[in-house]
Amino acid sequence: MTILENTKLVDNVYRMKLGGGHKPVTAPGQFVNIALPDKFLRRPISICDWDDETFTIVYKVVGEGTEMMSRMSVGTELDVLGPLGNGFDIEVQKMRHPLVVGGGVGVPPLYGLTKELLKKGCHPTVVIGFNTASEVILFDELQALGVDVFVSTMDGTGGVKGVVTDAMAKACVLYDYFYCCGPRPMIEALKQETMTEGQISMEERMGCGFGACVGCTIETKNGFRRVCADGPVFLKSEL
Amino acid sequence: MKVNLCGLELDNPVIPASGTFGFGVEHSQFYDINCLGSLSFKGTTREARYGNPTPRIAECGGYGMINAVGLQNPGIDAVCEKQMKVLSHFYKKPVIANISGFSIDEYRECCAKIDRQEQVGIIEVNISCPNVHNGGMAFGTDPKAAAEVTKAVKEVTTKPVVMKLSPNVTDIVSIAKACEEAGADGLCLINTVLGMRIDIRRRKPVIANRYGGYSGAGIFPLALRMVNQVANACHVPVIGCGGVSRAEDVIEMMMAGATAVEIGAANLVNPMVCKEIIDRLPSLMKELGIEHLKDIIGIVNK
Repeated sequence: MTILENTKLVDNVYRMKLGGGHKPVTAPGQFVNIALPDKFLRRPISICDWDDETFTIVYKVVGEGTEMMSRMSVGTELDVLGPLGNGFDIEVQKMRHPLVVGGGVGVPPLYGLTKELLKKGCHPTVVIGFNTASEVILFDELQALGVDVFVSTMDGTGGVKGVVTDAMAKACVLYDYFYCCGPRPMIEALKQETMTEGQISMEERMGCGFGACVGCTIETKNGFRRVCADGPVFLKSEL
Repeated sequence: MKVNLCGLELDNPVIPASGTFGFGVEHSQFYDINCLGSLSFKGTTREARYGNPTPRIAECGGYGMINAVGLQNPGIDAVCEKQMKVLSHFYKKPVIANISGFSIDEYRECCAKIDRQEQVGIIEVNISCPNVHNGGMAFGTDPKAAAEVTKAVKEVTTKPVVMKLSPNVTDIVSIAKACEEAGADGLCLINTVLGMRIDIRRRKPVIANRYGGYSGAGIFPLALRMVNQVANACHVPVIGCGGVSRAEDVIEMMMAGATAVEIGAANLVNPMVCKEIIDRLPSLMKELGIEHLKDIIGIVNK
């Protein structure tokens, strides 16, 4: 696929738009696995937004691979495998007011999710958490979809001081289902503090990204599950 | 492209290596896997195993990766009842059953069970997994122990037995010879090379289990040398494995003495790689003036 856009959103976080010859995205929360020059393993990155011809990823520079991606210019060809994984299931019985919670670079797949939830006629509320105000991403984009977006920052420089559950409490958000993507401590807190069933996108170091190497397996109540092929999204009740 | 491996006629010498191809289901999304010479399925033990804690995968630059999966598998009974049935749906030719264990008894029991599976053409006995303690590699680093496992499994099966050897030894030839003398019908080498990566920012090993098996193109020259040494010293067929990622590597492995070739880590980054190699082989053979692949086996030793 061809890079159509590669712009910096905030420090160390970039938005890349890719076009040309990809299989259709079947659910929000799926990811792509990108081959990079002089790297052996592909880099798995979740899909933020898509249409028939393109999709957009938002990624953080966390090592040599993503650093290399951040320097790639428009027009560069990339070997992209995917979309992979099962993504979020939005066909949930009796769901009217889903809560969508994200942290850091866990927020991007929730943008596509929120869009799809709105298309289905649901009324989602979005809560996103970051370390500090300068790291906040996709706030305007989410708000532009016409949903309520609450922000928390650890240092209080933006939104509610604290973590996402603090923002949830402050805003008195009512919900009948939840979706989540973020760091492990956030997932643990949500598992504890949510009263409803929900879906959680998990992250693990991956080998292949399509289920063959079983490198990213987690233990769930339903046995060993591969984050890449059986996930990345799992039910709260099975984790 | 046909080769004869331990009495089994293969359409071509290309075999996905155990642990990089599951039971064939995942790669079947990408192509019809019936083009493969055979396939070696995920290493199976007596009991179901989760394996090692994550992270258990590490990047190693352009040349390879480390894995410390540690033999995650559903256990021999589930494999016989479930995975083999699913596999037979996607793949119609004889397969190679990869068996591992933590004791001689476990190897024997698993091999006896897999022996009853009609689709199993060869049993590949893994005595070289670097990611488990008190098992796997422990049997593959000592000639006496390797011979004991070989003898034990030969007693319980009439199918050809191929011993999968570890490169993490001082003298792989002595292990290979011990297996051959104990009745092995073939040898497969090499398994992964014990390696390590450190996250210099966190000042900690990348792999939760600290060490893991290094594989990928980077180990090809090492694997090739060992295949050549073993093929020179032993009479039974050798399956060459380690870093093979192109049709050229297949030819090179066979010239070094391999009768068939296993492809491992490459399957994980390019799911189409085995098919691409099989498709490329005829034209490459033509370029190199090779009429039959079997004619080049060990040609550098002649």
